[in-house]
Amino acid sequence: MRRALTEPPAVRGALLAVAIVFLAVFLVLPLAAVFAQALEKGFAAYLAALREPDAWAAIRLTLLTAAIAVPLNLVFGLAASWAIAKFEFPGKGTLLTLIDLPFAVSPVISGMIFVLLFGRQGLLGPFLGAHDLKVIFAVPGIVLATVFVTFPFVARELIPVMETLGNEEEEAARVLGAGGGQIFLRVTLPNVKWGVLYGVILCNARAMGEFGAVSVVSGHIRGLTNTIPLHVEILYNEYDFQAAFAVASLLACLALVTLLAKSVVEWRSRRAARPDEPAREAA
Amino acid sequence: MMSASPRRRVLPGFGLTLGFTIFYLSLIVLLPLSTLALKTASMGWGPFWATVTSPRVLASYRLTFGASLVAAALNGVFGLVVAWVLARYRFPGQRIVDALVDLPFALPTAVAGIALTSLYSPNGWLGGPLETLGLKVAFTPLGIVVALTFIGLPFVVRTLQPVIEDLDVESEEAAASLGAGRRQTFAHVILPALLPAWLTGFALAFARALGEYGSVVFIAGNMPMRTEITSLLIITKLEQYDYAGATAIAVVMLVASFVLLGAINRLQSWASRRGAPA
Repeated sequence: MRRALTEPPAVRGALLAVAIVFLAVFLVLPLAAVFAQALEKGFAAYLAALREPDAWAAIRLTLLTAAIAVPLNLVFGLAASWAIAKFEFPGKGTLLTLIDLPFAVSPVISGMIFVLLFGRQGLLGPFLGAHDLKVIFAVPGIVLATVFVTFPFVARELIPVMETLGNEEEEAARVLGAGGGQIFLRVTLPNVKWGVLYGVILCNARAMGEFGAVSVVSGHIRGLTNTIPLHVEILYNEYDFQAAFAVASLLACLALVTLLAKSVVEWRSRRAARPDEPAREAA
Repeated sequence: MMSASPRRRVLPGFGLTLGFTIFYLSLIVLLPLSTLALKTASMGWGPFWATVTSPRVLASYRLTFGASLVAAALNGVFGLVVAWVLARYRFPGQRIVDALVDLPFALPTAVAGIALTSLYSPNGWLGGPLETLGLKVAFTPLGIVVALTFIGLPFVVRTLQPVIEDLDVESEEAAASLGAGRRQTFAHVILPALLPAWLTGFALAFARALGEYGSVVFIAGNMPMRTEITSLLIITKLEQYDYAGATAIAVVMLVASFVLLGAINRLQSWASRRGAPA
């Protein structure tokens, strides 16, 4: 009878093989292709592609964009999750739906709405033109589009975590005389720190890697409005494949670090959820 | 100001955090999105309809929806196998494989795009052998399917995996003790329990594929009427400063995506009802 609860060994082997081959073809091979082509002409050529001034400018712009977008959305995520998870109020469902909205808007349309607003023929175009301000085809547009596409990440991660934790500890702290800031820093934040970290990691990965939305608002000016993904595109379209993949390998490394951090955080938060249970998986 | 229920009002900061949330949401999301509605309203029905039904736009819809559907179906089949293997079997390297499933979420789409293109181009690792078999992938609709399959891969796996892990083994035991073979148990006990989550994963992968841009533009070839996806067409219109045309096409895609998300929400509430103990 025990045997009927699992598949026959041959079927198990076949399913495992199908899964592994599918993942190898669709995930491992593309990843391997990036690094293989990046190092195709040797390590010196690889470094040269990264040291090139336009590549540097792209790296700096990407770091700057993430350094603005991630903290903004982190603050928003903390505020939104506090309001939504700790209090009951009418219209909460609608608010949740609206927070998720940027996930439903495709990258190209996300960039487009900022062109409609700030572009030369956009709503605020004449005003910006009269004051010699540039948003589209300039850094502010890139930052805005990035903030938009990464908007829900932290909030979405934190709201369910805070809802599960409930209010008891915070209310106890309140009764004992703690102020709002104290409650948040000493009680809430330690409890949700893994959720915060997880949200920030995902938010950062998307902020640094966003292509479609940024591509629409950037104007692709070399050395000025190119982020790393846009620089990769330009190099690739110029048939400079080795350099394109060298720069792309930075983003691939970022993706691998993101996956690693995600696994670690998931493991830590699972362990935090059951502190009395020794982490067997660590071995 | 909306009033919090008295029971929960012990905690401070409601006004401040909700106020900031609504302000930031309006500034970053609602205000920019409202320009879509404004632009569409200023356009008039005639030009709108003419734009969204022009042959080139219709061809891009057919390609985008068709390729997304095929890719989501491929993910439906292989995602089920991967989720099953990850949830039920133990094998060496499992944790690495499990972490790797999220790669399409973490890898920037442009990187995925150039990597897949180089793999499947005629002199690539896979493109070469496939071409000797008479199969062209890069710069054909098939290439678009490959890119969209990559992009949608985690959805089916990640929606099914927890459901498989939580499956009630007792009902499988009951089926087995009543004389059902493994295949019968799978078809009549396991599959019906997985169906809502399976459909949800399929729909999420489909929705993601509809709007995808970065991973597709490199491998697609981008020939009007043949391999031009709708997202690219929107960009082309924007580059020609045809804001109205771009908006019209975008609105159609956005409506499709909202309808789909509505369906996904209903699927998810169905799935959670299924998951709840009877």
